[in-house]
Amino acid sequence: MPVSGLRAVFVCVVFVFAALAAAAPSRAQDGDFAALVAQLAVGAFEEKVAAIEALVATGDPRVQAILEAVADRNLYVREADGLVAIGADHPDGLSLTDAVTGDDLGVVASRDVDRVRANNRLRRLAGSAIGTLTLMNPDPAVRLAAAEAVFRSQDASALSALDQALAEETDDAVRQAMAKARAAILLDSDDPAARLQAVETLGALTDPEIRSMLAAMLRQSNDGSFQETDEAVRAAAGEALDAIEGRLATWRVAGYVYQGISLGSVLLLAAIGLAITFGVMGVINMAHGEMVMLGAYTTYVVQQIFRDLAPGLFDVSLLVAIPAAFLVAGLAGIAIERGIIRFLYGRPLETLLATWGLSLILQQLVRTVFGPTNREVGSPSWMQGAIETTAGITLTYNRLYIILFSLIVFAGLIFVLRRTALGLQMRAVTQNRQMARAMGIRTDRVDALTFGLGSGIAGMAGVALSQIDNVSPNLGQSYIIDSFLVVVFGGVGNLWGTLAGAFSLGIANKLLEPYAGAVLGKILVLVAIILFIQKRPRGLVALKGRAVEG
Amino acid sequence: MGLFGRIARWGAGAALASALTVGAPAAMAQEGEPIRIGILHSLSGTMAISETTLKDVMLMLIEEQNAAGGVLGRPLEAVVVDPASDWPLFAEKARELIEQEEVDVVFGCWTSVSRKSVLPVFEELNGLLFYPVQYEGEESSRNVFYTGAAPNQQAIPAVEYLMSDEGGAAERWVLLGTDYVYPRTTNRILRAFLNANGVSDDDIMEEYTPFGHSDWQTIVAEVQEFADQGLPTAVVSTINGDANVPFYLELANQGIDAADIPVVAFSVGEEELAGLDTEPLVGHLAAWNYFMSVDTAENEAFIAAWHDFIGDDTRVTNDPMEAHYIGFNMWVQAVEQAGTTDVDAVRQAMYGQEVANLTGGVAVMNTNHHLSKPVLIGEILEDGQFDTVWETDGVVVGDAWSDFIPESAVLTANWTYPWVCGNCETPRF
Repeated sequence: MPVSGLRAVFVCVVFVFAALAAAAPSRAQDGDFAALVAQLAVGAFEEKVAAIEALVATGDPRVQAILEAVADRNLYVREADGLVAIGADHPDGLSLTDAVTGDDLGVVASRDVDRVRANNRLRRLAGSAIGTLTLMNPDPAVRLAAAEAVFRSQDASALSALDQALAEETDDAVRQAMAKARAAILLDSDDPAARLQAVETLGALTDPEIRSMLAAMLRQSNDGSFQETDEAVRAAAGEALDAIEGRLATWRVAGYVYQGISLGSVLLLAAIGLAITFGVMGVINMAHGEMVMLGAYTTYVVQQIFRDLAPGLFDVSLLVAIPAAFLVAGLAGIAIERGIIRFLYGRPLETLLATWGLSLILQQLVRTVFGPTNREVGSPSWMQGAIETTAGITLTYNRLYIILFSLIVFAGLIFVLRRTALGLQMRAVTQNRQMARAMGIRTDRVDALTFGLGSGIAGMAGVALSQIDNVSPNLGQSYIIDSFLVVVFGGVGNLWGTLAGAFSLGIANKLLEPYAGAVLGKILVLVAIILFIQKRPRGLVALKGRAVEG
Repeated sequence: MGLFGRIARWGAGAALASALTVGAPAAMAQEGEPIRIGILHSLSGTMAISETTLKDVMLMLIEEQNAAGGVLGRPLEAVVVDPASDWPLFAEKARELIEQEEVDVVFGCWTSVSRKSVLPVFEELNGLLFYPVQYEGEESSRNVFYTGAAPNQQAIPAVEYLMSDEGGAAERWVLLGTDYVYPRTTNRILRAFLNANGVSDDDIMEEYTPFGHSDWQTIVAEVQEFADQGLPTAVVSTINGDANVPFYLELANQGIDAADIPVVAFSVGEEELAGLDTEPLVGHLAAWNYFMSVDTAENEAFIAAWHDFIGDDTRVTNDPMEAHYIGFNMWVQAVEQAGTTDVDAVRQAMYGQEVANLTGGVAVMNTNHHLSKPVLIGEILEDGQFDTVWETDGVVVGDAWSDFIPESAVLTANWTYPWVCGNCETPRF
């Protein structure tokens, strides 16, 4: 032990000396580097900005990790001695690595360190600096992100790195992004010819960010002089801007229509259950919204179970929640029909009051069980994010899935009504109750099942709405008015009318919103519906023949 | 009515009020008789989410004060009522607290409309209300102490920050709000402020949405388009309540990053962020006078006491809680100084009272019934806390009447001689 111990000490000493000798020439530089890092950590905002620029200029390989720590807010200062360190989450606090030497500093409590203040602006600067540094990264995805970061920052100092990267780039998508970034930088070039060429390169693309850059060139300052001094470049930029504006305007209308369809699908989901209970059965069901709410809370409960028992399967929790919500809301609907509504058939005012009271009871019940605060329902990973078109229109996945889901539910419901025995009995009972009974149909059983079906569909709507709205006891209230509106507007008793009503209301609302604002737009739509109902009291798609009388 | 008439009416009111209040303490000022404190916060209905916490923090402060020997050698007793988020009921409950329960002071209200509803009651019965929430200003009542932020202690500094190089040098502004009095008044002040700073109306977009708005697709797309006009753009949000969640979600879904278009909110605090998926909100800003994350010994002690009292380590603290902390301690000091709980005496003793802020520095009560407090701007972090990115050098004096609205710039609120007035152009005496 003594011998090996001594030898170990000796080896260590030799090692330290060797290291010192090797480091000696760069020690002064190292001191500068450490000073820059310290300036980045504790300086005023302008000093931090200068420190980032100076650090990038050193070309030191340690810079990237430090800048990434700034961008991710992981840079810390140790309170005891002011040492700057990069932190990583650890069960007992933070595990620190010295930002300058890379030494492991062990795990500390988060109280013992101060987070380096890095606001949005600073983190953005760090991000674009990282972009410059990672243009040559072996991973094409990283290179693409780097090119995008440079494009957004228009940072002239990245030009040489960009040229070099562009020469070696093999991936087409990345090449395009780099060319775009290069042109964006050259918009600020001193040479008018280079600017002109950059405007032409960018003018061929349809991107809101490019419009923003071109618009900036054409801005007049207060004394009447333009940002862009060269007239030819200005003319080219104006032309390019007009062309982009024109293309974007077409896209924008397409975007409004898509948003309208999306709103329409939400309205359809909320109203389709009511189209059964109110439209087909004639029950003024004020507790319909609470069935939607029950569905949303079922989603929450299902997700909690998944979180506790099988966190790895969280992504499928929503698929499990759909049938669960159907069953919960459907059973609640059957219980309501058997317990209350069947005694009130043919007395619409009393039904209205009873179901209104019921809705208040259900809200308070949920408030008591789950608490008054909103519950957090997570989105599975396949519903997050968006498809970005180049024209700045984003189609978010959650909305896309909801459009799809609403159409599937609608098709399923049509199938049940047209192609199954239960559907046949339902239609028979609603068209002529006495005759249906005479034919041997158990009408009270059919009533209960029909109400259950309508409520169950409302429950499924709750699953979808939990993805875009707050899950709170008041969730249902915000949809009940819209639901009645859609059913009445579309034509009572007709599912196709509900479909047409939901989508036309959605699209009309979204086309009006940009011009009239959200509040006035809604009012205008309401007024239009009132006028429409005056003209056509039976709604868009009116039932014909004897069924109307039933 | 002439000046003489007004003085006569005011004098008569004061005489009547002091007759009333002199009667009350005489009946109950015996040694050991408790001092009654009214707590007027909604414990049910839509506002219960926010206001229940304030009731709890008041109970904690009263319990602590009793443990320290009460006030004037008398114990404190809380009288809790539930106005149920129902604005007219606020007025009824306020009357009940003052007339039947004979409380000496009331801590309460959250929304501006509830405050406006109780205001006539407090003025008629000469009660004393401590109002702890940031609000739109344009008010100074003799019977209310405003311990939350006035617009110049929250909205204006936030906009100044976003205008600065450090905050992103924004030149185009989107003012988004829920459609009611607080956002509309705040945005009116902000528009006047922006115009005064050389921002033309073309560079300001103002939009209002109904309460509980959930479909933000079009508005977010419009914001994006407005921001793509070649100048840095920032969004000032006075969106209230849970409509914020789908708003931030839509921002994130459409790929708008806080570094591109920062959103600064005046109604989003720790309590609103608790139990919410904060991922889409990270980097967006809020302006308050207090953040739970501020690292001072006072704040640490306050948070520890709160966790201890509520029995739950995960509960957060927020700005209105600090406002109650300051207001309550100032009231205690003023009562000790006045030697009585008489409203008129306590009011006089309130002016100039100092209490240490939980975030450092000292809050002072001014004669316009507003506080001097520091202003902090924070960016939202993943854990629902705020990272302070900017703060004022010292304290900012709360301004009851905004300097940026012409009609109110000329008004002065000052409840000491010779003004004795909440909205006058010249002194009364």
